[in-house]
Amino acid sequence: MARNGLLIDYQYCTGCHSCEVACKNEHKIPHGKWGIKLTEVGPFQVTGDKWEWNYIAVPTQLCDLCEDRVAREGVPSCVLHCLGQCMEYGPLDELAKKMAEKGPRVMMFAPVV
Amino acid sequence: MKKEWKTQNEDGSYTVRTCGWSPPGDHPVGCGMKLTVKGGKLVKVEGDPEHPITNGRLCVRCLALPEFVNHPQRILSPMKRAPEDRGKDKWTKISWDEAWDIIVPKVKQLKEDHGAESIVVFGGTGREACLYYYPLGFASLGTPNVCYPLSGWSCYGPRCSITDYILGAGYPEIDFAGTYPDRYDNPNYVLPKYIMEWGKNPLMSNPDGFFGHSLIDMMKRGTKMICVDPRITWLGTRAEYVLQLRPGSDTALALGLLNVIINEDLYDHDFVDNWCYGFDELKERVQEYPPEKVADLTWVSAEKIREVAREFATNKPSAIQWGLAVDENPNGVQLGHAILSLSAITGNLDVPGGITLGPPAALLGKWRVETRSNLSEELWDKRIGAKEWPALSTAMATTHPDETLDTLESGKPYRLRMGWFNSSNFITPTCSAQPDRWYRALKSLEFNVVQDCFMTPTAMAFGDIFLPLPTFAEHDGVVVTHFGRNAVFLGAINKAFETGDCKSDIEVCIELGKKLHPNMWPFDSVEDFFSKQLKPELGIDFNDLREMGVYQPKYTYRKYETGQLRGDGDPGFNTVTGMVELSSTLFEAWGDDALPYFKEPPYSPFSTPELFKEYPLILTTGARKFTSFHSEHRQIPTLREIDPWPEMEIHPETAAALGIKEGDWVCLENMFGKAKERAHLTPTIHPKVVHATHGWWYPEKKAEEPSLFGVWESNINTLVPHKHIGKLGFGAPFKQMICKVYRVDSLESDVGFKA
Repeated sequence: MARNGLLIDYQYCTGCHSCEVACKNEHKIPHGKWGIKLTEVGPFQVTGDKWEWNYIAVPTQLCDLCEDRVAREGVPSCVLHCLGQCMEYGPLDELAKKMAEKGPRVMMFAPVV
Repeated sequence: MKKEWKTQNEDGSYTVRTCGWSPPGDHPVGCGMKLTVKGGKLVKVEGDPEHPITNGRLCVRCLALPEFVNHPQRILSPMKRAPEDRGKDKWTKISWDEAWDIIVPKVKQLKEDHGAESIVVFGGTGREACLYYYPLGFASLGTPNVCYPLSGWSCYGPRCSITDYILGAGYPEIDFAGTYPDRYDNPNYVLPKYIMEWGKNPLMSNPDGFFGHSLIDMMKRGTKMICVDPRITWLGTRAEYVLQLRPGSDTALALGLLNVIINEDLYDHDFVDNWCYGFDELKERVQEYPPEKVADLTWVSAEKIREVAREFATNKPSAIQWGLAVDENPNGVQLGHAILSLSAITGNLDVPGGITLGPPAALLGKWRVETRSNLSEELWDKRIGAKEWPALSTAMATTHPDETLDTLESGKPYRLRMGWFNSSNFITPTCSAQPDRWYRALKSLEFNVVQDCFMTPTAMAFGDIFLPLPTFAEHDGVVVTHFGRNAVFLGAINKAFETGDCKSDIEVCIELGKKLHPNMWPFDSVEDFFSKQLKPELGIDFNDLREMGVYQPKYTYRKYETGQLRGDGDPGFNTVTGMVELSSTLFEAWGDDALPYFKEPPYSPFSTPELFKEYPLILTTGARKFTSFHSEHRQIPTLREIDPWPEMEIHPETAAALGIKEGDWVCLENMFGKAKERAHLTPTIHPKVVHATHGWWYPEKKAEEPSLFGVWESNINTLVPHKHIGKLGFGAPFKQMICKVYRVDSLESDVGFKA
């Protein structure tokens, strides 16, 4: 069976933390632990008016890509609730095609083997 | 959306579709969600993918709703406390009947002995109570004194009033296709080429009901951003231009942009010739603001001012979204006037992809102020500060906030004796300047009623009666974006379950109103009330709205051409001259300049150079986080885990010179007050500027006085002075003060909260 994953277009990840809390709700994850966690790169000045400041959500080994939920409702909880709608779920080969069409700030995760 | 709003699930639980409005969460954004209830308890919150604006997206404040609803510290029954025990945790649970039996005779007695004007209702920011605290005052209690206590009314009111006087219209908002069920794909819709975000960060603040991440929707489709902000925000790093200006110099910048657009002949001649009044005077005025001079005042280069002016003026349609920075500025009326002038002369008003204009007041927003028909002219004339500040009291139905504090302190022109705090926790640094001064002044009140969900510092300090509020998940209601002043939709708030013995704002208004002014409250129930509000204007009742989920009104562009902006049906704008008033008839009549002008902040490197030596940093306050709505959510573990402490931002070079490292606790201090926050070092802020978050108190700290949940520890509003307001009575310097910063011991050791 084809592996599934998450595509995150972090050009539009605003750092809202919704993925973290939606995941905690779905999986009943206690404080201090995360199924997906925001990381922050920057902010730092590149040149003049150009800045680098990225939030990237990183799934952990507590992420099961919402297996039960996806069977029931179609999408992982983080994907549904993401305020920037910058996360997509699907088979890795399809996501890879989409990735090639996106801008430079894009990441793919395949957290479940 | 599906007709069915309540569904039964196989496991015995049920799910209710609803739209949100604080408490808790946010302004009237009306985010769509599905609440699952099992055994009478909220067990799950999900975004609703069918909602036309939020599409299933949901922020952390509502994702954490079960923690708020089921929180052990929530107040779930009315309580009383003896006035001599104020500040002490000596509350006794009572029934609603007992609460009314205490409140109603007291109100009647005060009215008889001292007049209804001896009662004042205080309202807070953005909660559902914003629709009801006016009627609560005018029609349930019968007082003319309804007060939003923020100095200079510095939130939303100034922008609404300026728009009323200059455009004769409701709130101007970006056209984000909000009224179209098919949104951005609607054939009548055009995407803005540029959005200029002026002193606003909607991603976190969802201002007045604008769903902030709509900006991301539009950016993905090709809209470019221009950010005008003293900080380079995350949005700024995705913007085409950032104008990183000196806090409080905004009006000079706006006049500089106008200078370039007018002198380089980049304006919309057709719109200016046909629909604007006072262009020649404005043209003359902006000659005083050449880009080089403006660059010195604002720290934004002349080259960038020219470039942004040209880009904005020559790319139509484009929109400006003005923020709280317009209100929190004693020079803000002029700033708002200049921003509206920019929008007008570039031809971006009421056109697809530009700035939409609504009616000055509609639906519930209209009803709330019209309830003042309950008051006699004689009584209405006693409204505090109304005569002294006509520019405020003409558009706003409230008292003048600063005059209200003066009245509390002086007893003039009469003594205030009773306070009703409706969803307003304003000794916490939210909607007041000098909260410590308000705290002392409010002690003079004889009798106080507080409505809230939790025991707050304000309630602990003053409440004699505490009336518990339900969350939006626990009562029926209607959410209307922009408080009805340019709503993109109305949404049904559906009661999903019940917790304790709480009553909503409208339930309290009706129950109390029926006891004191029954003629104003001819409603059999809450449902009947909403149906009677909706039916005349929209032809639907409350149950229809529940089944629709949301109702999106039809929007018409270029209403000024077809007479739809004016009551008399003539083309034009609903102003004195019938035009967009680039030169304001009313501002002049009220003793101010008819044209926009720049004035230095009351305290700044230029206006108070000597003081600036002692307080060498410019202080700006109030930027928002995703994890709180003003002072809400401080007791919610999941949200405190993300943002455990108040945060101030400081440039690494400035911090190094002061021996401050990342995560150090610092004190921000000036001649008016001080506050402790935790330092975050970031190069996105100017080395001469610091920013401090607001709304902090510590529910984990001691409740009783003098602690009051640690409300004085991180109270940033104590640094903002009283009554340093603009000439027309609007705007206070919350975003352009001066201060010094120094290291202090951590607060983390002496409070109980563990992040």
